[in-house]
Amino acid sequence: MGTPLSTSSKTVLNSLKAGGLDIKLSTLIMGFANFANKQWIKGCLFLSSQILFLIAFFNQIIPSLIGLITLGTKTQGVETQEIDGIKIQVSVEGDNSMLMLIGGLAAVIFCLVFAYIYWCNLKSASTIHQYKTKGQALPSFREDLKSLSNGRFHMTLMTIPLIGLLLFSILPLVYMISLAFTNFDHNHLAPKSLFDWVGIVNFGNVLSGRMAATFFPVLSWTLIWAVFATVTNFFFGIVLALIINTKGLKFKKLWRTVFVITIAVPLFISLLIMRNLLNDAGPLNALLMNWGWINQPIPFLSDPNWAKFTIIMVNMWVGIPYTMLLATGIIMNIPSEQVEAAEIDGANKFQIFRSITFPQILTIMTPSLIQQFIGNINNFNVIYLLTGGGPANSNFYQAGSTDLLVTWLYKLTVAAADYNIASVIGILIFALSATFSLLAYTRSSSYKEGVAK
Amino acid sequence: MKAKKRLHLGLTYILLIVLSVIWLFPVVWIVLTSLRGEGTAYVSYIMPKGYTLDNYIKLFTSSNFPFGKWFLNTLWVASASCILSTFITVAMAYSLSRLKFKFRNHFLKLALVLNMFPGFMSMISVYYILKALNLTQTHTALILLYASGAALNFYIAKGFFDTIPFSLDESAMIDGASKKDIFFKITLPLSKPIIVYTALLAFMGPWVDFIFAQVILGDAVDKYTVAIGLFSMLHRDVINDWFLSFAAGSVLIAVPITLLFIFMQKYYVEGITGGSVK
Repeated sequence: MGTPLSTSSKTVLNSLKAGGLDIKLSTLIMGFANFANKQWIKGCLFLSSQILFLIAFFNQIIPSLIGLITLGTKTQGVETQEIDGIKIQVSVEGDNSMLMLIGGLAAVIFCLVFAYIYWCNLKSASTIHQYKTKGQALPSFREDLKSLSNGRFHMTLMTIPLIGLLLFSILPLVYMISLAFTNFDHNHLAPKSLFDWVGIVNFGNVLSGRMAATFFPVLSWTLIWAVFATVTNFFFGIVLALIINTKGLKFKKLWRTVFVITIAVPLFISLLIMRNLLNDAGPLNALLMNWGWINQPIPFLSDPNWAKFTIIMVNMWVGIPYTMLLATGIIMNIPSEQVEAAEIDGANKFQIFRSITFPQILTIMTPSLIQQFIGNINNFNVIYLLTGGGPANSNFYQAGSTDLLVTWLYKLTVAAADYNIASVIGILIFALSATFSLLAYTRSSSYKEGVAK
Repeated sequence: MKAKKRLHLGLTYILLIVLSVIWLFPVVWIVLTSLRGEGTAYVSYIMPKGYTLDNYIKLFTSSNFPFGKWFLNTLWVASASCILSTFITVAMAYSLSRLKFKFRNHFLKLALVLNMFPGFMSMISVYYILKALNLTQTHTALILLYASGAALNFYIAKGFFDTIPFSLDESAMIDGASKKDIFFKITLPLSKPIIVYTALLAFMGPWVDFIFAQVILGDAVDKYTVAIGLFSMLHRDVINDWFLSFAAGSVLIAVPITLLFIFMQKYYVEGITGGSVK
């Protein structure tokens, strides 16, 4: 957490020790120091948040936290009850483990938010103490509000985005991560039956148990795909940019626009077009057969090996123009003296490319290259829209021959309802991306500056 | 030497023409298909035998696949989430770029970590949170979701704000301007390009997203956005009837987005290289 936090916590502790009764009491009754020093509105806000929290704590939070630990004890089912002396079968509602897990996590987050408010209360008390020892007048509530448009302007700007982030990114993510440690799969579907904490069994399952036979082939294809997709796009994109930049070539802008058009077509449309174009009964096969080049349709997307090849090819169609666009900007900025000097020394085009142009482009584009690599590990669209992971592979659990880890994750959640395994896969994808990102960020100076500044 | 050079240039032209044909072929094919007057999904030739606009008309007259309704849905979702997202992205980017506060660096690191999890890993739990708020199968849910996603999309805008010289802020501060004044009166007017870029990108998102939209809208066909609507036309049971109209719908969506993209191409390149070239 670094030095700023520890120094400010030291000041707060010191004020608490040195301050009068009003300061000390605000550890028990929030806002007490504010009331004692006539900061009525602030005091009311602190006190009411404490009262709200206490009410919520006993009514909601304690049951939610217990629920988080047990994940439900009562299974949904039928029970015999005696009503007015007659025995009848009554269906009873059980606990819904899934909602209990979400509720429990929400309670934890709520407690953390309250802890922050409590901390603000202590800080406010400590500020009062400091003002008093220095003999200065306390800032009024209006002045405090005004600081929201100046010294604390970041709070004004960031509050709404952060609430959205907390609700729709962080809470769901924590929830999914916790699922990795439960047995929430198709045999334990809420609300029909309960699921429970099982520790790291699922990780063992994926890495060496019954999922390993699917996980490792899918992982290796993911890595092969990511390497090929990134390298081919990068290399051929630069080559294309160089070709368009050939000296004396006319209509440069026109050529560039031709390729930019394909970037501009929405990805899902162009991929769906490709899927139909390359179908066994699709126009490309028909064309080749009409010309007499082939006798049988080529199984572009229906044979495992062909499909892998086709996917990488289609990805080149999608990705090369992007690299071309970026590389063009860089190539235009390479000082022409170097190239001219090399030409005078008798270097041929390939030598110039290998020792002057390419290294310069590479250094500039390394960060974006690694980002693309990570993006390709997570490239859901290309696979899902082109093959849907198919063709089917009977050796795999819920995965086809061309499934990446992400598309497998998608199938595990949407089709198979094996949430725990899906969540383990998600965590492993994260570990993979994090490793490569670390590489990227330690290598790119601009990110270092951005974070350190 | 000159002859060799000319030969070389000639070969380059031929290569570029071949490549252009490969790159434009799918685009041309879908336009031709959308105008094709006969046949089902697949035919064994490229050039249609008869041309018609029926496929386009069918899009707006069918009640099973109400493309016009989908279009208006998407327009509404896209406009609303565009306004919210732009505000959120710009606010986050500005705070993280120009304002100094205690948890800034921690937050930047947290955002990096959050961005590394696959986006739809949390899809299912988002669905249940929205269900708890009674928002599933509504456009409000989609708008909220797209807008909250914008909170982590601040990198390009942050890169832009980083390039505005700090001396401007400092001189304004000496003149007694508060940080709010600096934001509204100095930085925002200077940042039109990045605001336009952010807004256009946010506007385009809902037109092409189909994963989240599919999960949230489920089977409420009336509320579909164009992306899921078009995708549903390719279902095995209906593809033979609807493939030509799918092509027509794709053309209708792709044309405005293509124009938007060509218009903002400059910003796009600056945005991506701006962060790494420095």
